[in-house]
Amino acid sequence: MKFPYNEKVLEHFKNPKNVGKIEDADGKAVVGSPACGDMVAVYIKVEEKELRIQDAKFESYGCASNIATGSIITELAKGKTIEEAKKITWQQASEALGGLPKIKAHCSVLAVEGLREAITNYEEKHGLIKEKEPTTPEVIKRRLKNVMNPLTGLDIVRGNLIKDIKVEEGLVKIWVDLPENHIFAANIRDEVKERVETLWDVKGVEIHFAE
Amino acid sequence: MPETIYMDNAASTRLDERVLEAMKPFFFNSYAVATSEFGHSMGIEAKETLEGMRVKLAAALKAEPEELVLTSGDTEASNLALKGMALSLAGKKGKHIVVSRIEDFPVLNSAKALEKSGFKVTFINVDEEGFVNMDELEKSITNETIIVSIQHTNQEIGTVQEIERIGRLCKEKGVHFHTDATHTFTRIPLDMSKMPIDLATISAHTIHGPKGVGALYVRKGTPLGKLMDGGFQEFNLRAGLENIPGVVGFAKAIELVTEQENERIKSIRDALIDRLLKEIPQTTLNGSRNKRIPQNANITFHRVEGESITLHLDMRGVEVSTGSACFSRSLEASHVIMGIGGDHERAHGSIRYSLGRFNQLSEVNAVVDAMSDIVTNLRKISPLKS
Repeated sequence: MKFPYNEKVLEHFKNPKNVGKIEDADGKAVVGSPACGDMVAVYIKVEEKELRIQDAKFESYGCASNIATGSIITELAKGKTIEEAKKITWQQASEALGGLPKIKAHCSVLAVEGLREAITNYEEKHGLIKEKEPTTPEVIKRRLKNVMNPLTGLDIVRGNLIKDIKVEEGLVKIWVDLPENHIFAANIRDEVKERVETLWDVKGVEIHFAE
Repeated sequence: MPETIYMDNAASTRLDERVLEAMKPFFFNSYAVATSEFGHSMGIEAKETLEGMRVKLAAALKAEPEELVLTSGDTEASNLALKGMALSLAGKKGKHIVVSRIEDFPVLNSAKALEKSGFKVTFINVDEEGFVNMDELEKSITNETIIVSIQHTNQEIGTVQEIERIGRLCKEKGVHFHTDATHTFTRIPLDMSKMPIDLATISAHTIHGPKGVGALYVRKGTPLGKLMDGGFQEFNLRAGLENIPGVVGFAKAIELVTEQENERIKSIRDALIDRLLKEIPQTTLNGSRNKRIPQNANITFHRVEGESITLHLDMRGVEVSTGSACFSRSLEASHVIMGIGGDHERAHGSIRYSLGRFNQLSEVNAVVDAMSDIVTNLRKISPLKS
């Protein structure tokens, strides 16, 4: 039989680790991709002294690569401090799985994002975030590192697809270096919007594609 | 390794051995081209074979043999229908085309390609079962409309359109009507002596015939333009070497489909739908319960994702297809499920089971058991709770 994924991905898909909910979680997040419909929930238990992740669990409403990444990312996070865990990238998760198909990048990046959001949720609840950061092009760039170009498996920032970002009184304008009729243009538009619209001081998002 | 249960016959079917046997002599013994009919005896034989097969194909549609243009499949046939009419009528009548929103890609993307080169396209909405909105269709047709293309049935949800009513409407309005009959040909009646249809796409690979063979029915007097230039084959409507083994296989495949077979497939399909809906909670049948081609079932399993289901099924030897965005090359959710008013969630968990000659009633048990198991397990790990 031939499968579209390697053995390791299939193993994590068939028998995912750390599945379920932590009822008394210290941090939790539910993230979703409006473009593909996948959804991931991540729960963490954090040891307060060293800020170390003692336990991590996930739930997935997604495809095989989404489930496998949820499984590996919770494995990777356990035992790490929240600072260390925040830095786990999609690339590392993908490598730990022996490689994921590029086109599946955006389904699997969700689990990585879910972990980061769960950590942010913990930090917010425990007063570890000092003040609200105003939205700048730099903040937006950081958020857009979670939007993947399915053709290359690179995020759109590192893939040099973001030509310019302007923030004017809560209105964010983003210029994307892809033609409007690009096969994934609609997809990328939805994902970019989702990532930026939710920022606390953003009133609107305009996305401009290349001619 | 489990024995394969193949329920993806709408994608393509297994060739029937009898079709292969019929085709064989035309690879090894009689392999000349029909255009050599004045050159040598093998050429005459080729020409006679080709025309003999065309008579058989025409008979299956109650059409005239010279109304059939053989093509490399349904994609080419639908391209020829839309672009051929656009080519011949754009300068004379107008540049307006009407298609439904849930057409299969050959029609949908031909219309979109024409739209880019300056044609105006109206995409007709469908209701929640997939039937085109007749009022909208009627209002969309203008003096400039050169072709209306509405599929006979839908490739994903199997809804059978009222094509006779649509054809009559087009006739009253003086507009040519094309229908994509790829998934209905031989499975439900398609009678050109009675139905007001000007152009129809048919294909061999969906009925256990060879891949790469199809035809466009072109009613006499339809002013179709030529897309493929070269020789004068196919009544000077489609240049290119005639695929004689292919058309022999197509004719044989048609001959092998029987009324009893269609009944048998329908009874397996009905058992499958009834049991899946009854035994698995939170399911929705996509399409119409009754006005449906016999070989199609399409069900959404809520709170789970389709690619995960298909992969688990594949590991158990069951082959199906899904409308989930994660499954598609373009990462777009099924335009059909979205077109019938579904949301991403409905497309996300939609599974299409398409049956054929080699499916057995006994397979229904295995598929329902596997589905029940897989859906239960995936729901356990889903953050969406009932």
